[in-house]
Amino acid sequence: MQLIFEKSKDGKKVFPVPGNDTPAKFKLDKKYMRETSAELPQVSEFDVVRHFTGLSKMNLSVDSNFYPLGSCTMKYNPKFTEALAALEGFCDLHPFLPWLSGGARYAQGALELIYELQKQLCEITGMSAFTTQPLAGAHGELTGILLIAAYHEHKGNRRKIVLIPDSGHGTNPATATIAGYQVKTIASDKNGVLDLNALKSSLNKDVAAIMLTCPNTLGIFNSQIKEVTDLAHKEGTLVYCDGANLNAILGRARPGDLGFDAVHVNLHKTFATPHGGGGPGAGPVGVKKELAPFLPVPRITRENKGNFGLDFNSKLSIGHIAPFYGNFLVLLKAYAYILALGKNGLLEVSENAVINANYIMHKLKDYYELPYNRGCMHECVFSASKQAKNGVHALDIAKALIDKGIHPPTIYFPLIVKEAMMIEPTETESKETLDSFINVMIELSKLAEDDPSKFKDFPKTTPVGRLDEVKAAKDLNLRT
Amino acid sequence: MSYISNTQDDKLKMLQAIGIKDGDAEKLFKDIPKDLRARSFNIQPGKNEYEVTQHVKGLAEKNNTRLISFLGAGYYDHFIPAAIDALASRSEFYTAYTPYQSEASQGTLQAIYEYQSAICRLTGMDVANASLYDGGTAVFEATMMAMRITKKSKFLIDSGLNPIHKKILYTHSDNLPVDFKETSDVNKLLDDKTAAIILQNPNFFGTITDYTDIIKKAHNAGAVVIMSVYPLSLGILKTPAEMGADIVIGECQSLGIPLSFGGPYLGFMATKKEYVRKMPGRIAGVTTDALGRRGFVLTLQTREQHIRREKATSNICSNQALCALRALIYMCLLGKEGLKKVAQSSAVKAEYAKNILSKIKGIKLEKTLPTFNEFVIELPVKADKITQKMQDKGFIAGFPLGRFYDNMEKHLLVAVTEKHTKQQIDRYAKALELLLCN
Amino acid sequence: MLPENLKYTKEHEWVKIDNDQATFGITEHAQSEMGDVTFVELPEKEASIEQSKAFSTIESVKAASEIYAPLSGSVTDTNEELINKPELINESPYEKGWICKIKLSNPAEADKLMDAMAYQQYLETLKK
Repeated sequence: MQLIFEKSKDGKKVFPVPGNDTPAKFKLDKKYMRETSAELPQVSEFDVVRHFTGLSKMNLSVDSNFYPLGSCTMKYNPKFTEALAALEGFCDLHPFLPWLSGGARYAQGALELIYELQKQLCEITGMSAFTTQPLAGAHGELTGILLIAAYHEHKGNRRKIVLIPDSGHGTNPATATIAGYQVKTIASDKNGVLDLNALKSSLNKDVAAIMLTCPNTLGIFNSQIKEVTDLAHKEGTLVYCDGANLNAILGRARPGDLGFDAVHVNLHKTFATPHGGGGPGAGPVGVKKELAPFLPVPRITRENKGNFGLDFNSKLSIGHIAPFYGNFLVLLKAYAYILALGKNGLLEVSENAVINANYIMHKLKDYYELPYNRGCMHECVFSASKQAKNGVHALDIAKALIDKGIHPPTIYFPLIVKEAMMIEPTETESKETLDSFINVMIELSKLAEDDPSKFKDFPKTTPVGRLDEVKAAKDLNLRT
Repeated sequence: MSYISNTQDDKLKMLQAIGIKDGDAEKLFKDIPKDLRARSFNIQPGKNEYEVTQHVKGLAEKNNTRLISFLGAGYYDHFIPAAIDALASRSEFYTAYTPYQSEASQGTLQAIYEYQSAICRLTGMDVANASLYDGGTAVFEATMMAMRITKKSKFLIDSGLNPIHKKILYTHSDNLPVDFKETSDVNKLLDDKTAAIILQNPNFFGTITDYTDIIKKAHNAGAVVIMSVYPLSLGILKTPAEMGADIVIGECQSLGIPLSFGGPYLGFMATKKEYVRKMPGRIAGVTTDALGRRGFVLTLQTREQHIRREKATSNICSNQALCALRALIYMCLLGKEGLKKVAQSSAVKAEYAKNILSKIKGIKLEKTLPTFNEFVIELPVKADKITQKMQDKGFIAGFPLGRFYDNMEKHLLVAVTEKHTKQQIDRYAKALELLLCN
Repeated sequence: MLPENLKYTKEHEWVKIDNDQATFGITEHAQSEMGDVTFVELPEKEASIEQSKAFSTIESVKAASEIYAPLSGSVTDTNEELINKPELINESPYEKGWICKIKLSNPAEADKLMDAMAYQQYLETLKK
């Protein structure tokens, strides 16, 4: 499809905006002005609508296709929350309003929403306090580690190291490095969980934190998790929970009860806010009491009269992670979702998420290698190593799925599984959809045996076939 | 509410297939020991869509957005064409994920490529990334990038940088071996240890500057130049590229994104060709398939966290893709001429406001300072008290600078956009005048 | 076939020593692990490099790897052809794909390097 710039034409009518109804004239010295106008497209509104409507049709998306991207929790995004996020009373509210004397009275609804959401998240995760400032999951991780660093600093010794399992998401070590820590990787054992002995030998008073995903990135819940957190606490090490997989344990286990000191939740995963093609997300962070004094400012407070306000006073706060209160319109959708589902709804989420994933696991384990043959939680990890022997790799299976109108699972993650394919159906998919997926996967495994050479041509039904990534990196063309 | 598609019968059939004949789903959670189960889960019972909608609408109604507002301070109330909402709410865009599988995401990828192109054309820079979280975290990312480029760690921050963005910078870099100095004269403090200077145009006080000479001096000293800009102002203002900046960042909220009480917003970053590999965030590039058809892919991914892990250029994963789409659509709808007109309209209305306000007894206004759509006025009393009284008159008068600067308690930052009418500005000035008379 | 006249490191770099000059590159094993090379970060001329420390980065579509100096010295020449044709590293890792030449500061360091047979044996252990 043509680029919007390629559709640009001189003489197209200009989109009218409110003009100058005052007698003033704008005068600015030439030295402050740009030489030529920005070469933005000159197209009509209708041209724009045609263009982007056309682009949208070239995407797979949750609303159109099964999207079992492991670790991303691509569940259905309720439409009523979209409508609520479009209300003027929220969209048109300036974030600085409650910073002005007398201004908080105009934002009581928004402040109450954030306050209540924090309370709900505390109860869901078993934590004492929350901040909604982090603008994404990785941003939440950074916030969590910065809080832990501040805590240690306050006690007199920042410490030097963060321990991360080899199955950890790439954002974990990247985060630890930005927070000024050295990363030490701990191996997983043959059951796919953190090797306790490896952990014991690495734990010491130099370790500031351990970052764990629970259940882990293989979709496995470590039954000895409390031992891990207890061991850490004995050394004064804090434990951070990457809450990306919360969908599996909603209502059944809470990071706080398992001994975690801080956790981030991904609202765009567990709490059904849409993924947006890569964002915006939100990664609120919950903490135990000992970390609460370090939380970012401003904090939402509630006076006795029931009025909501902001508290900027905090000597120990790490400061600002985001300009205001986080991605408010995203927080709003998660809040509405939690209210709609309620206790039973949230319990249903974890139950069905785990049933759906286990169903797929059982149905496919005779066709694809299962590196950890044990029950999984909300996602299961297969290896395409059997198919790879015939030259059909995880990547090839992914491309074949696209032709069938199914978005591929996550591939090549976690790193500890060769030819990994991580499948997370989520709780919102029906048995019919799962059966359809299972049949396609079985068909593909057969094709990999009978005629593996066919895979090189997939996908064939998309606007473009496999794209030359080497050329993209060598002959860099990042704009027109 | 429930968004489960399975019937009880479906569940039973699946549990039986898994080997749980009695249909007890609890068995699937056997790995969670009994003593590690949730100690409490006091969440209220769920409500149906109608009930939740009524409740949340009620919260929206407890907010008041009907006051006539002259509040900016980095976040502005510009007109947002309806086509943006219509297009960005197409579910093929907003329920898709990161385009890791390029053949399945050409819509998202082409939009990212077009957005990168638009940002480059707007700022004059060579390359741009697919977005950062917001204009504040963008300052931090630019700082880290400058460290990678120069291998130095001393930074000079111009005193006109948005104070909230500065706070975000300090919080994020607290544990890194960096050295920050705030100054109103970057040239004086430049030395061969300076990694970068951080400038903003227009600055937080609305003042426009031509930084060309300052930038030349910084380059001579071996430092790179980070400049934060107000994208919409580039409809008319001299671009950071024309001034020689190396890393350009900013907050794109004013390009088709509502005020949103804090987010989601949109940080952008653009830079010179030679620094592209040091730039964080996702980047889309053009390539071809085996049949020679043009297509788009995420490229240079080896810099990113999912491959590089602890050596990554940043820990960023999700960004602000949908917001970038909105900004792109805005820039396409307004186009070359429209963006110029919006900028001019905002600027000339601010000019009118400046003229009217400067005539009011007691108000001091620095008329010689070149400004865009925002400027500072000095009141005879504390600005905060005035803004509170103006609220009762139906106006958000502006941002009292005493909030961030101890020596500016009487100063008020006033922002005007193309949405304001002459009538509104006149009434605002009148109300202010009456208040100051008393 | 591993060139006999070269020395090797555990990080899969090779070295060709010529009195007090040396040429560096990466081995066949390394290039095949990386996949198609898309970019090579060449060191600066006259830069001083230290044995076992990273002096360059090689990028492919799936990875970005540091290249560690087999020996210490100062850079006298870099292979500018790699700027436009990084694929030379894949096509001819031991010849056309050389990365840089240095003047050795401590020739005795070469004792720590493996010869072709030792490197071959090392490669066998990795296969297990």
